[in-house]
Amino acid sequence: MTGPAPVVSLKGVSKRFTRGLTALVDIDLDVRPGEFVSLIGPSGCGKSTLLRVIGDLTDATEGTVVVNGKSAHQARLDHDYGIVFQDAVLYDWRTVGRNVSLPLEMLGWDRSRRKERVKDMLELVELEGFESHRPWQLSGGMQQRVSIARALSFNPSLLLMDEPFGALDEMTRERLNGQLLEIWEQSKSTVVFVTHSIPEAVYLSTRVVVMSPRPGRIAELVDIDLPQPRTFQTREEPRFFELVTQVREALAGRTGAGAPVAPEERF
Amino acid sequence: MVSAAEATTRLERVRSVRADERVMRLLLVPVVIAALWGGWELYKWTWETTGWTWPFTVDDTTMPHIHDIFAAFGRPVQTGGPPLIVSLLKAAWFTAKEALAGFALGAVVGFFLAVGLAHSRLLERGLLPYVVASQTVPILAIAPMVVVGLGSKGVQGWQSVAVIAAYLTFFPVAVNELRGLKAVDPRSLELMRSYAAGRNAILWRLRVPASLPYLFTALKISATASVIGAIIGETPASIQDGLGGAIVNFNQYYSLEPTFLWATNVICACLGVAFFLAVSVTERIVLRRAPENVA
Repeated sequence: MTGPAPVVSLKGVSKRFTRGLTALVDIDLDVRPGEFVSLIGPSGCGKSTLLRVIGDLTDATEGTVVVNGKSAHQARLDHDYGIVFQDAVLYDWRTVGRNVSLPLEMLGWDRSRRKERVKDMLELVELEGFESHRPWQLSGGMQQRVSIARALSFNPSLLLMDEPFGALDEMTRERLNGQLLEIWEQSKSTVVFVTHSIPEAVYLSTRVVVMSPRPGRIAELVDIDLPQPRTFQTREEPRFFELVTQVREALAGRTGAGAPVAPEERF
Repeated sequence: MVSAAEATTRLERVRSVRADERVMRLLLVPVVIAALWGGWELYKWTWETTGWTWPFTVDDTTMPHIHDIFAAFGRPVQTGGPPLIVSLLKAAWFTAKEALAGFALGAVVGFFLAVGLAHSRLLERGLLPYVVASQTVPILAIAPMVVVGLGSKGVQGWQSVAVIAAYLTFFPVAVNELRGLKAVDPRSLELMRSYAAGRNAILWRLRVPASLPYLFTALKISATASVIGAIIGETPASIQDGLGGAIVNFNQYYSLEPTFLWATNVICACLGVAFFLAVSVTERIVLRRAPENVA
């Protein structure tokens, strides 16, 4: 074993749902500290389920899930990760600031410390001045940035993101991709990112996990050797296109042509 | 990119549209009242001049003039006594006290019943049928039992009436709040799970705030029901000081003074509306949700 201990370590992880559907089979994956790992694959490949297994929001049927050297369950109890969903999932009875401070309240931070932290986090996601706004006064992209600020507010070592920009338009998505990378660099956290956009996966990640469906398994791991920091020019480099092609072929190679796409990844 | 200031302006525009609406609504009030008044008098005039007797004979006893009903407020009930409006307002104050106590008691019982039922499927299955059954028992049947039963324990009459009013109010609160507590977005629950939140944290930080729109809908129903419950509860309790007592009293003299009973009904309706409005205003202060027409 070389290098630091992995933040996430999956060994032989399988997931079968009670009604017999097999979502994941024999997943082995290590995510090292500071990595930005994207899970990509067609609908039904279990990428969202895999993210939930890491977050202990659903149980693995077989295999071991280790997060920060302990069980996924213990890691959840210890607040080792922050999570961002496709929808911002903001509580509309709370102001933007109080949404960001929700996990801090649960952790028992005192008021002045929370206030300071919320200010810093809103600065980080470039939403200064919106603290006392209501979530519904913000655009979708802004809401998602609040959600990211909330997930990072308590400094978790791991950030789990489930298609966070999937519901946004292309321009907003690209801008938020850039912001996310800046945040990732500043916070030095490890990110596991679920997406179904190939360019997004290649642009953001240090490594892309290509998954294939029915049952969900890892088809290929693609190291993304694009230089850091990534800029808007990264998307125009020849190497970027090569990697996009490589991921696309990995996806196509394992997917049966014209296979029906079923929304099985949710439960 | 929307700045904080722009978002605020957008909100203000929505608010100014709503202000225009409010003016329109205010103008509508006299129009509706005039229409109701006109409709009543037109019906009365038509039936009286044609002599129609279907569905009932119309005269000054069955349908007094509206202006006579309002004039009755100024007339004394007994010669030399205070005008009707004074005794009715006193009675309304008395009934309002009963209704308010009943409303509060019913709301608290209903709320915690819902919390209990929401946390245990077994409790919900076992208890909910009886909660429903409780509402099929006519209040007139249980009112004397409550008054006599509690009276033997030294509970004052008006407090017994409050319990009867609570009997009517707890039910909508329990049923609606139960639904509200369970109608939580699954993603919001997952978020709470990711914070390793316990039952209490999920209840008070997520389920209860998310259920408030349901709760206020129930409270609006309960507000008027508590007034009805108090009025009805006074009757078997033989309480003379409230609106229920006034109704029983003026019922006996209806053929002589029909306007007194009608005037009492007007006050009863006003009390119910006042309760409803109080809940509505509270709702508006507590719930600062998205205005429906915000983009």
